[in-house]
Parts: sequence; C-alpha cells; structure tokens
Amino acid sequence: MITVEELKAIKAQYEQNMADKDKKGTPTILVHMGTCGIANGADQVYAAIVEELANNNIKDISVIQTGCPGLCHDEPLVTIAIPGTNPYIYGRITPDNAKEIVKQHLVGRQPMADWLINSAENDRILKFEELNFIKHQCRVALKNCGRIDPERVEDYIAYDGYFALAKVLTEMTPLAVIETLKKSGLRGRGGGGFPTGLKWEFAYKSKGDQKYVVCNADEGDPGAFMDRSVLEGDPFSILEAMTIAGYAIGANQGYIYVRAEYPIAVERLKKVIKIAREKGLLGKNIFNKGFDFDLDIRLGAGAFVCGEETALLTSVEGKRGEPRPRPPFPAVEGLWGKPTIINNVETFANIAQIILKGPEWFASMGTEKSKGTKVFALAGKIKNTGLIEVPMGTTVRTVVYDIGGGIPGGKTFKAAQTGGPSGGCIPAVHFELPIDYDNLTEIGSMMGSGGFIVMDEETCMVDIARFFLEFTQDESCGKCPPCRIGTKRMLETLTRITEGKGKPEDLVNLETLAVTIKNAALCGLGQTSPNPVLSTIRYFKDEYEAHIVDKKCPAGVCKALQEYSIIADKCIGCGLCARNCPVNAISGKAKEPYVIDQSKCIKCGVCFEKCKFGAILVK
Amino acid sequence: MKAQSHLAEVRRPHEGGIQVGSDLDEVVDIEKKIEILSEEVRRMSCQCQGSTGGSSEKFAVIDRIVEAYAGQDGALIPVLHQAQEVFGYLPEDVQAYIAEKLAIPLSEVYGVVSFYTLFSTEPKGQHKISVCLGTACYVKGAGNILAEFEKELGIKVGETTKDGLFTLEACRCLGACGLAPVLTIDGDVHGRLVTKDVATIINKYKASN
Repeated sequence: MITVEELKAIKAQYEQNMADKDKKGTPTILVHMGTCGIANGADQVYAAIVEELANNNIKDISVIQTGCPGLCHDEPLVTIAIPGTNPYIYGRITPDNAKEIVKQHLVGRQPMADWLINSAENDRILKFEELNFIKHQCRVALKNCGRIDPERVEDYIAYDGYFALAKVLTEMTPLAVIETLKKSGLRGRGGGGFPTGLKWEFAYKSKGDQKYVVCNADEGDPGAFMDRSVLEGDPFSILEAMTIAGYAIGANQGYIYVRAEYPIAVERLKKVIKIAREKGLLGKNIFNKGFDFDLDIRLGAGAFVCGEETALLTSVEGKRGEPRPRPPFPAVEGLWGKPTIINNVETFANIAQIILKGPEWFASMGTEKSKGTKVFALAGKIKNTGLIEVPMGTTVRTVVYDIGGGIPGGKTFKAAQTGGPSGGCIPAVHFELPIDYDNLTEIGSMMGSGGFIVMDEETCMVDIARFFLEFTQDESCGKCPPCRIGTKRMLETLTRITEGKGKPEDLVNLETLAVTIKNAALCGLGQTSPNPVLSTIRYFKDEYEAHIVDKKCPAGVCKALQEYSIIADKCIGCGLCARNCPVNAISGKAKEPYVIDQSKCIKCGVCFEKCKFGAILVK
Repeated sequence: MKAQSHLAEVRRPHEGGIQVGSDLDEVVDIEKKIEILSEEVRRMSCQCQGSTGGSSEKFAVIDRIVEAYAGQDGALIPVLHQAQEVFGYLPEDVQAYIAEKLAIPLSEVYGVVSFYTLFSTEPKGQHKISVCLGTACYVKGAGNILAEFEKELGIKVGETTKDGLFTLEACRCLGACGLAPVLTIDGDVHGRLVTKDVATIINKYKASN
C-alpha cells in the first residue's frame, strides 16, 4: 500500500529520472494513441518507431504511448522531446514517415521540417502552447491528455496525481471538501450545469448505511468525445476524483458507467483499476487513513436515454434504462434506493485540481455564474477539428476562427450546434457571444456535454432539425406519451417538409407540439428534444418557409427538392451522364451541351457522380 | 422456491460493508478464458435462428460467465454482453438459460435484450459494418456513405448479406468526430471517408476471407 511519503518519493524519483535524461540529452518519443490516432494508424506508427530504433541499435530512447492531445485534424501525431529545445511535433505521420524521422532526426539529428506542425519562420520550433490551436486554450480537465502514459500510475503521480486525495484524507473533513467545491463554483459538465458542491452536500446529508458514487461516462451526445478522451488519456484522474467524492459523501463503492462503443477507454479503465488496487489506491484503508473505497465498471449497451441520471441508475441495476420522476433525487434515493451522486467524466476531471490549487484559482477563470473551463469537441465544417478546452466566457468567434481556423473551402459559417439533440444552434449573429451556461440557454441552445458542430452554407437547418428529431424519436424509451408520440408526430411533420410536402400550418403545429412536450415529458431527454426544432425555427425561419412555400432547399441538401441541371459552359458533350441515367432523362448531341428533362428526372444523382467536368449543377 | 432465495442473495451483496477487490481481476482473467472458449463455440455453433442447438458445452461457457458475477448487483447486462461475445447474438434459448442461471424471469431478460440496441436476437454476418450517423458525420455526408454501402452490398441497413459476410448497421456517435465521416468494421475505425472508399473497403474485407 502506498503511503503519502511514498507518493512524494515516486514523484521525486520521476523528476530525478527526467533530470538525468535532460543531462544526457536523451530524447523521448511520444506517440499519441487515442481512438482517433489509432484509427489513423498510430499503432502502426508506434510499431514502426520501435522497429526502426531497434534496427539502429538505439536503446536509451523511451517511446511512450499517450492519450490524445486534441489535435484530431493532424492525427496521427508523434512528439519528439529533446532536452534543451521545444518538442518537435510531427503530424499526419505514416509508418514510413516515422522510420524516416528516426533515421534523420534521431540518428542524424536533422528534423524533417516538412512534416512538423510546429515549425515557424527561420526554423524556429514553436512551443506546444504557441500553436494557434492551443494558445487560446486553458487545460484543466485535459491537463494530462497527450502528455503522460495513461496506464502508468507513476506518470500520473509525477504530474501531481493522487496528491489531492492524499490532502483530502490527511487534512480535510468531508464538509471541508464539499465547501471547497461549493466555493469553486464548479457546475456539472454533463449538460445540466447543476452546482457540484451542492449535489455532494445533498448526498452527504442523506442518511444511509450505504452510499454510492457513480461516474456518468455514457457519452451519448453525438458529436461529443471529451469524456472518451479523458478516459483514454488520463483515467487515473477519474479514479482519484471518485475516491475523493466517496470520502466527501461517505460512500465506499463507486461505479463507472461507460459506453460499450468506447472499447479502448473500457480496456484502459480495467487496467488502471487493477493497478490502483495493487497500489492500495483503491480498496481498504487508503493511505493508511482508515478510508475504504472501491470501483467497478458497468458497460452501457447503446441506449442514449441512459445518459439521463435516473435511467443510468436503473441500467447499472441491470434493468431496462428507463427514467423515473424526480424527486426523489438520486442524492436522496439513488442506486438500489441508496443515496448516490452521479457526476460526468469532465466534472470529475476538474476535482483534484480544485483541491490542490484551491477554489479561488478555479473561480478566477470563467464568467460570473460559470466558473472554470469547458471542453468542446470541435467538429463538422471546420478546418481544425479536435478537442479544445477554453475558459468559460470565450466567444464563439474565438472558438470558430482563432482556434478552429474557420470554415474550409472558403465557405461561410451558418451556425454552430451545441448541446446535441437537447441543444440548439448558435447563428452568426451571436458570434461575439461569450459561451457560458446561461448565455447559451438564453439564446435557445444549451451547453450540453460540449459537442460543438460547425455548419456552413451547405448544411440545411431543416434537415438538421429532422436529423435530431429522428435521433430522439429513435432513442425515446417509450415510457411517457409526450416523448413517445409527440416526437414521432414532430418527426413526421419535419420529414414531410424536407420532402416538399410541407403545409403552411406546419410551423405553428410544430411549435405547439414542442411546447407541450417540453412541459409534459418525464425526463431530460424528452423535455429537451424539441430544442433543435425551436432553435432552428427561431433563427432560420426563412429556410423552413423556402421548403414549405417555395418547395426549395436553399442549401441543396433535401433530395426531393433538388434540381439537377447541366452547366452548358462546362459540358463537353461526352454523353457519359446520358448513358448512365436510369430513366433516360438526359439527352443531347455529341460534343454539344446536354440537357436534363426535369419532368423525367428522379434526382438519383448518378449524373452528378459520373460527370468528370463538374458540369452538373445541383440546386 | 430456490431461485427466489438466490435472487435475494444476488441483490444485497454490499450490506454490512463493502467488497474490496471483488470481481474485476477475476473478470479480466475470466474474460481471457471466455475468449478462448468463444472461439470453440463459434466453431461448434450452427447458425439456426432462435436456437443455438442447445448443446451443454456451449452453455457451460455461460455458467462460467455467470460464476464470474456471482453475488454482484446488476449482473444481467454484463452477463448478456459477454454471452453475446460468445454466441454472436442472443437467441431465445441463451436468454432462457441466463434467466434460469441468474434467477431472473425470462420476461425481464427479454425486456432488457430488446431495450438496448447493442443486444441482438438475430445472428450477424462475419464482418459487422457500423456507419456512424452522429451529428458531425451526418453533417459531413455519412448518409451518402451509408447509401453507398447499401448499394454496393445490395442490402438495407440492419440486414446481413446472403453469403453471411457482412452485416450493415448505422450507429450513434463513435466519438471519433475529428475524422468524420467514420465507420467501424469489426471494431476497427476507418475515418475521413468519401463514397469511393466504400467499394475498396468491401473488397479488402472480402479478400481477407
């Protein structure tokens, strides 16, 4: 069992090792191996590096597998840290590139400048923090992601891991822990934004012979992947925070409810729980302070509604993941009827640092009512996709342009969608809006878990609303009629609109239904399901009207409303489109522009696919 | 009834203190054994729908899975996950056997199986293609990728090809949004897809057989 003294010794030993390496000038190679990296071949890159080091008989360089540093657009990434210089970061590396880097950079000491993502003018190597993608960020929850080997507890300890738990168990009472959290202003990062300290206080005050700590790692919001990244890149931080939570509320059993769709995260969690048990960081008498705490993993099975806390608890109990009315809240009556706290992964990822650096430090970041930072998963029509962490109050513009690098292909920003199927969109008029819980709610969206999907002029907002309704309809558990039937009727209406069969009264009917569902549905999934529709009607009513009245889809997405035509200037008259058209709707003479007979066209898109000259226009 | 008393035991393991070092190590070891066993079962297993043939060797694997979770609360879902790993799907006789072993009514087991999308009562093809239809993928044209697979394989989403090689599914977010549009085949993630990748991917997996 590790004692507090040993914890300090492990950290000191690690620092000594690093100092020795620095003295000798020994490089370290980091291969960033989150799901995205591995999908792009990071494991082959890792194998190639190990092989090439062996071929060159290099034995003193360590190759470390880390989690994801967030720069998904440049995966797979390899960082070469050489003492005395800024680390060299290579992006979009193939196994062959990796071998070349070992030969040229590590043997020959000549960096491969073209493959670096952090080289600037005059061969200067930028610090990681100087990268455009990174410099506006402030990493608290993602602090260790991409920096440490997630499966080595020594690495975690070297970066102050488990010192917060040591502090809590040696110096603080449960109430002092709760008070610290309340002072920090930390709010739940899973969507609702409920003050974490308050939640813990409720559970602390609840009477019960058994209490539970549950981590919600059922990241179901499509477009959000920060929880996966933390679980893959820094899993010990979640174990430590859950143990602290156990001490604070008086629980000695925890469960991590994680999606089965995240196999790498699940494997890492299993490994680190085993290690923590071996080291006595889970189990009986932690740090010799008389406190017991242990953890188990529960796998989700592909039900979005299980992200809702009461549904999650019934799923942990091994039942159908159906929600139940609150109150009683889980803090009073949770898992197996016992007081339970449920926090999301990102919330837990903040806890240890609040304890170590103090609530004032945390509260110094962010806005008046939203303290600290928030992780966003930047995806969709944006140049730099990836995972970012910014102080609350950062503007939409900073996220989209300064960090995200703007919209690819010279297209125009139309909206950003936050909060997933429960949220709404942020249109361009709110570009200067400081992002926090209350501002997002005010404009009709919500923070949610932090998905941030950028849409451009080629995204149809009616189709997006239909997409989300299809999602919630499919994921509705069916327990309450407003959600089960209401979302079905809304989906039918939206589908009709996107098929060009919309009626003038549809918009009013949609809004009426939306309000009813919001007021009457049983759980958060149902109550928030109309948000994407209300939000798109609020900001993009003209698009709805174009579909309903003019029978046109301005973005050219809705297939039934598309019109295919041939651009005469571009058509060389090869006839390929006509030969492939399944309904003989295209005619013309060789070497002269062809034409499409609109009355015959079934809008299958074959001509568009086949044309080699870009002469088919879809509008 | 014997089953009822067993149920009472299953439901209350934490009373009077916690269990430390309870199950996870064992589960990890047992998982390894199950992997080996599941290979055997796959070789033995016929693909008759609704039934696995009922041979006792196959059900012995379930016994071991259930054993690993003995005395734990909420064991049903983990047991179903592992049983599906072994059999590839959860036909009625497997569900019935699990119900009996865990002393849970079959209706409850079926209720859980039918509630969660990851559990299947139909056999799957040799390769499982899951096209992500999360928001980021959808915005980046995942719908076209899915349509292309339907066209190339000649099946609709949710179906299996006649030769039993491929099952085509649409799934929710895989959390690899930075690479959108993405899909997984047998758990391997393929990202930054365009429609013309579809035929290449299918041929690659066909060739691997």
